[in-house]
Amino acid sequence: MMTDQTPLVEMRDICISFGGVHAVDHVSVDLHPGEVVGLLGHNGAGKSTLIKILSGAYQMDSGEIRINGTRAEIRNPRDARAYNIETIYQTLALADNLDAASNLFLGRELVTPLGFVDEDAMEAECRKIMARLNPNFKKFNEPVSALSGGQRQSVAIARAVYFNARILIMDEPTAALGPHETQMVSELIQQLKSEGIGIFLISHDIHDVMELCDRASVMKNGKLVGTVDVADVTDDDLLGMIILGKHPHDSAT
Amino acid sequence: MTDHTVTTPKVRRNIFETLEIDTRLLGMIGAFMLLCLGFDLITDGRFLTARNIFNLTIQTVSVAIMATGMVFIIVTRHIDLSVGSLLATCSAVMAVTQTQILPEMLGLGLNHPMTWVITIFVGLLTGTLIGAFQGWLVGYLTIPAFIVTLGGLLVWRNVAWYLTDGQTIGPLDSTFMIFGGINGTLGASWSWIIGGLGAIAAVAAILTARRNKARHGFSVKPLWAEALLSAIVTGGILGFVWILNSYQIPVRRLQRMFEAKGEVMPEGFTAAYGLPISVLILIAVAVVMTIIARRTRLGRYIFATGGNPDAAELSGINTRLLTVKVFAMMGALCALSAVVASARLANHSNDIGTLDELRVIAAAVIGGTALSGGLGTIHGAILGALIMQSLQSGMAMVGVDAPFQNIVVGIVLVAAVLIDIIYRKRTGAK
Repeated sequence: MMTDQTPLVEMRDICISFGGVHAVDHVSVDLHPGEVVGLLGHNGAGKSTLIKILSGAYQMDSGEIRINGTRAEIRNPRDARAYNIETIYQTLALADNLDAASNLFLGRELVTPLGFVDEDAMEAECRKIMARLNPNFKKFNEPVSALSGGQRQSVAIARAVYFNARILIMDEPTAALGPHETQMVSELIQQLKSEGIGIFLISHDIHDVMELCDRASVMKNGKLVGTVDVADVTDDDLLGMIILGKHPHDSAT
Repeated sequence: MTDHTVTTPKVRRNIFETLEIDTRLLGMIGAFMLLCLGFDLITDGRFLTARNIFNLTIQTVSVAIMATGMVFIIVTRHIDLSVGSLLATCSAVMAVTQTQILPEMLGLGLNHPMTWVITIFVGLLTGTLIGAFQGWLVGYLTIPAFIVTLGGLLVWRNVAWYLTDGQTIGPLDSTFMIFGGINGTLGASWSWIIGGLGAIAAVAAILTARRNKARHGFSVKPLWAEALLSAIVTGGILGFVWILNSYQIPVRRLQRMFEAKGEVMPEGFTAAYGLPISVLILIAVAVVMTIIARRTRLGRYIFATGGNPDAAELSGINTRLLTVKVFAMMGALCALSAVVASARLANHSNDIGTLDELRVIAAAVIGGTALSGGLGTIHGAILGALIMQSLQSGMAMVGVDAPFQNIVVGIVLVAAVLIDIIYRKRTGAK
């Protein structure tokens, strides 16, 4: 899905190192509206690190991020949120001791005119969005530690969706889920895509990527192996990129 | 993402669930009442007298005030071992301010009407700044709180010593001393008025909460449950005032008070102590801290950070600054405790607040604050402080030898945490 319009996100020449290790080494990726780009690679390939730079958890050493064609400064998670970048972390990043509504609004609480947290309004909003995402969800007054893996995941997804994300980062969203719940995530991705949201999907699972993504960027040892249109490659091509770091079009020649 | 478990509508099982009262809190209140009744039996009814209850409350205030701050510290997975020493430093600064700097260097003289205001302001400022500094060391320089405050324990204890040359400073300013307890009480009528206002405010809060829930269409408790809860709260507040109001000022003391004013006491005149101002301060602190915990973003962030520091950080919460704020609050509360403690003793002594850090931590932990972070309540910590104080003074009243008193307190602390662990496992709560 290569269009001529300005990409939603361009990450150019991104570098970050931790104690001399180049975790991300001159990597460039981009993302268009309504597109799903898969990020593939082994553990430690640098895909999560790359994406944490976009979500503001890490600060890059060098490189440039452009949102809608203009240069963006993302120094912390708040900056990222200001650009409508929402992230669903692999760990879900939920405060286990708080209930669903508190987690949904964490850092962005609804307040009364006097500046006090409006718990009831937050719960009402939380009920609305959960009715859309997971109609069976009923445990609104219990800490999220009491929820099942799927329910926790839906709270994390609700948090990303509620605040009108333009750019959504999903780090292994289905890793902890059963087949039925995985199917629900797939449907949600299709729905968000049709709304024009750009999605970075980090995954280990090549089948997920083949099914859900338009393009795939493969990383190995902190470097970008290449970005391919999923329609043009086979599972084996992707595997070759992940394991051998070999670009399929190189081998073709 | 549906869950496969069929969610049946929740069946209310017993009266406590209908009332939505925390069973853990109920257990603590039960244990406290058993303790009091036990001591009362052993002492032939001397424990549950108006006089002893009055004394218990004013003895608890200083530790209880600090315990509310310790809840936030422990909830954010830190610890503060320096509170007793910090109390001493604040007390020393205030003692020097009101007896030396203001009367002599600034020439206000003794017992000037402005002395207590300036003194308390200086004390609060000192406590807040020291607390914030320790918080900065913990939050920004990432030194473990245990180490920072262990150092603080030594530093501030001896700063206090240095400031006063180790001497006891007293008597303190006469207005300042009304914050100490028995020297500053409201008397019967004002106590009833305050108690009545408190009861009205509590019932109003219950009704407002109900209306807000109903407005959003949430399920609310049955009306009889709200009524019962209101009745319990009102009864509790007014009962407490009634007990304190039944403690009569001794006749000799009344006579002296009249003589001091140059009058003669009328025949058969009686007066009650009523609510001590220090207890009012504790209640105000409890209300403010509870509002912070439940109804402000700051409180949310404290509990979220305790539950999952990474998640809090990723949600855009500045956890470093939060640490500074939490320790600054703790410092301010130490200063407030210093006001109450030194005013109660009517002087600043070099050993003021010694071992208070342990009492404060124990009160917070007995009150259900989990050292693993993320869990704790303000009212629990205050009840914890009350249980500790009752245990200590009850044993003293019974005549238990001093070493055994401390042995019992130590065992109770460990046992309370064990019971809490078992309780949480049984109920599946985290």
